[in-house]
Amino acid sequence: MFGLKADWSLEVFDRYFTLGDYAGGEARWCPGCGDFAVLNTVHRVLHDAQLPPERTVAVSGIGCSSRLPHYMGTYGFHGLHGRALPIASGIKSRRPDLDVWVATGDGDCFSIGAGHWIHAIRYNVDMVVLVFDNAIYGLTKKQTSPTSPTGLSTNTHPKGAPLPAMNPLTITLGITNVSFVAQCVDWNPPHMYETIKKAHKHRGTSFVRIIQRCPVFSPDVCKPLQEDSSRMLLLTHENGIPADDSVRRVFKEQREHDPGDWAAAMSIARDTSKIPIGLLYHDPDAPVYDDLSSRGLEATGAEKIAAVNKALDAFAI
Amino acid sequence: MTTKTPSGASGMPEHRGATLIKEHIVEVVSDSGEGAQKCGQTFGSISGKMSNGVWTVEIIPAEIQPPARSPAGASGIRIRLASKRVTNMGNEADLVVAFNEQVLYSRIASGAYKKGTIVLLENKWAEDPQESIRKQYAAAVKEFAEHGLVVHEVPMELECLKLVKDARKGKNMFVLGMLCRIYSRDADKALSEIAATFKRKGDKVIKVNHDLFQSGYDYAASHVGYHWEIPAEQGDIGPTVVTNGNTAIGLGVMASGMEVVSMYPITPATSATHYIADIFHQAGGFIHQAEDEIAAAAYAIGASYAGKTACTITSGPGMALKTELMGLAVMAEIPLVIVDVQRGGPSTGLPTKVEQGDLLSTLHGMPGDAPKIIIAPATIEECFHFMILARKLAEAFRSPVFVLSDANLATGVQPWARPVLSEEWLAAPIDQSAWDSNVPAYDWDEKTGLSQRPIPGQRGGEYVLTGLSHTNRSKVAYDSDTNQISSELRSRKLAALAQTLKSPEIYGEESGDLLVVGWGSTKGAIEEAVDLLREKGHRVSSIHPRFLSPMEPGLKEIFSRFKRVMTVEINYSDKLGDPLITEETRRYAQLAGLLRAKTLVDVDCWSVVYGHPMQPGLIYNELEQRLHALNK
Repeated sequence: MFGLKADWSLEVFDRYFTLGDYAGGEARWCPGCGDFAVLNTVHRVLHDAQLPPERTVAVSGIGCSSRLPHYMGTYGFHGLHGRALPIASGIKSRRPDLDVWVATGDGDCFSIGAGHWIHAIRYNVDMVVLVFDNAIYGLTKKQTSPTSPTGLSTNTHPKGAPLPAMNPLTITLGITNVSFVAQCVDWNPPHMYETIKKAHKHRGTSFVRIIQRCPVFSPDVCKPLQEDSSRMLLLTHENGIPADDSVRRVFKEQREHDPGDWAAAMSIARDTSKIPIGLLYHDPDAPVYDDLSSRGLEATGAEKIAAVNKALDAFAI
Repeated sequence: MTTKTPSGASGMPEHRGATLIKEHIVEVVSDSGEGAQKCGQTFGSISGKMSNGVWTVEIIPAEIQPPARSPAGASGIRIRLASKRVTNMGNEADLVVAFNEQVLYSRIASGAYKKGTIVLLENKWAEDPQESIRKQYAAAVKEFAEHGLVVHEVPMELECLKLVKDARKGKNMFVLGMLCRIYSRDADKALSEIAATFKRKGDKVIKVNHDLFQSGYDYAASHVGYHWEIPAEQGDIGPTVVTNGNTAIGLGVMASGMEVVSMYPITPATSATHYIADIFHQAGGFIHQAEDEIAAAAYAIGASYAGKTACTITSGPGMALKTELMGLAVMAEIPLVIVDVQRGGPSTGLPTKVEQGDLLSTLHGMPGDAPKIIIAPATIEECFHFMILARKLAEAFRSPVFVLSDANLATGVQPWARPVLSEEWLAAPIDQSAWDSNVPAYDWDEKTGLSQRPIPGQRGGEYVLTGLSHTNRSKVAYDSDTNQISSELRSRKLAALAQTLKSPEIYGEESGDLLVVGWGSTKGAIEEAVDLLREKGHRVSSIHPRFLSPMEPGLKEIFSRFKRVMTVEINYSDKLGDPLITEETRRYAQLAGLLRAKTLVDVDCWSVVYGHPMQPGLIYNELEQRLHALNK
């Protein structure tokens, strides 16, 4: 079955997992925060896939969104600021049997963890990377983030963010070996569900930027988009994110876009007059780092000792 | 004494047979890329195979291709060759082969030579087309002689050109031939060693190199008067391997069953991964070259969290960058092995040189209280075995384990007993059985602080690891009790480990006038100095603890049996009597400071940061002065 490993499918009938099996402690984000919707969607996608919670690991950095692992009933790793991606890559390195998810934010991924972001995309480790982008630092209380729009008043730039906002889509698309780039908004759960589901099925690093509401510190970033969906561009394609009528009714601006067309993806991403949602780029055949990192996984004790002895032979006198 | 040798009437002392000697220190120095290191390594290997005691150490310029004929570009190798086992690079060289005269200047400046050191010097520069070079050469030959060096000019280039078009490629084998003749090395062993070196390049290349070797050998026999024999007196040394400390670390990683080495290139640590890079997968392992030092540590921590205890290898600047992740490993009790092949610091410091400067930063270099295990191998052999020890400690104590090596161990090459590998050294397969969900993720034993950890995949063990203060169920908790109690339990693990340790072994008498305390790579040099002093009747002993955190027990009691205790270290300390330096302002060497705090004994120290490995002669001189002052 697609997305299921053989040894798990045997268990599917023995153990049925409810949505509650994937849920951890009670989520404590601010009322109206977009993170709740993402968390529920992740639970739903896991539930649909019926993956054993003990084989799922939610990894995060530091920030509001990075509290997500605490609200999961799976294994979790609430790491350090900016370091979720290399930690997650390490978890996957010798444990290809684990299903690895990363929750990170615009500060965590695009600022303090930017170096890791570039390289994680290039490594293309098999994991889902959800970037909760609310264009502001929330946990530290309203500082400018790399994606804060010019002019946004923050505690570090009271007169308005001085720089043009970073475009994470063009950057991600520009990285060698990029294999999956999608964008969605937290206030349209059906589309977000299909997006994350598709991301989860992709073998490789699935980069999903979620435009996420922060009603406390950056309400004016998302509100206009919610009120006027003509600023959004829904990408449609048979190989893209499935969009049912309910989604198509909300996002009237639509464009047929083949996610295999990198140049078109780049031109859509560059056009900041419209915010695309859907699958910008997908290369299912990009080399996956797991294939390198899991080499020798099956070596027995005797084989290991034989290999070390052979290595010692080279230095024997 | 300066002689021209091509005529054959060299005027050098003639020996019919070889003169027996106990040991010699030989250097081969050249511009970078002329193969001096290969020559010296092969010479060392041949001698190792003849059961001699050998220690070789590379002389490395900081640049990859420094300008030719520049003093700073000195590249080469030192080989200490003896009848008995040698444990360090020794003092001044007895004989040096130099491919040009300029590179000798930096060696002279660093005190590598003494009056009477023999120099076999390439003489082609005397006839160089450039007048400036001819002048430099003539001036140097004169200057070296005034310095007390015994210079013999040798037409190496001319001799090699009889066999090859480009003498730059091959002169090293000519030199190897000379050295093998001078030191009565087994020519058959040398020829097979050369054949092994050039195996991949084919018979033709092997033949040329054999010819060059023979030519050097014959040249030395007929033109060079020195002919020594250093008979091996070690008896049968059993199965032996010859490596440097970094290769020993790499092999140790393989033998420990660790599956992940995560690293970022940094001198002098990286070569630990070079040899195993191509073969690690055969032993079920993988080397991850991360995008930076931080990611290297994060990746290793990820692998460890998932049940595969991992290793990250770095040097001082990398340690600084990894600090936050090391703190996470302490806080969240993640087994992890961190190797620091120390170089000179602070900052970028001395990348290719030796220092033991990272003890305090490793111990204290992170915010809050971060108890951790620190061990320091003292020999190349221990570099291997400590990797196995480190993994086991990391898992048993659910803690990061720091292994402090240094550039001296990293680049020193020595024969050591070939380990008899054991499956017990390998990591056990990860436990994927169900976890009793009543047992918390940190089921701390109150007496020891120890606990078992759930591994992802274990049903019922689901928990969220966090670097935040947490309860035994890994729930974030900022209340005062949780932080106090979990801090106590993490610290208690070190006390539990300390209980299992033995007191350090005393080298020499159990009591006396002076006790020298060292750590890490200085063991061989310290013990050699102690031996010499004891031969002169001094009552001096030494100890060399391998555990630096927690400390080995019984130190205070051992200290009480000596009139004075001092450390010898390769890191900075103030010297009493220097301007403004008083008992009050003086800053102590790193271990000395720790020992003073721990034992309340007035531990003195002597430490220097010249960037060189510690020389037994320097230690001897210093200790002798201290002993005289003590017994005045």
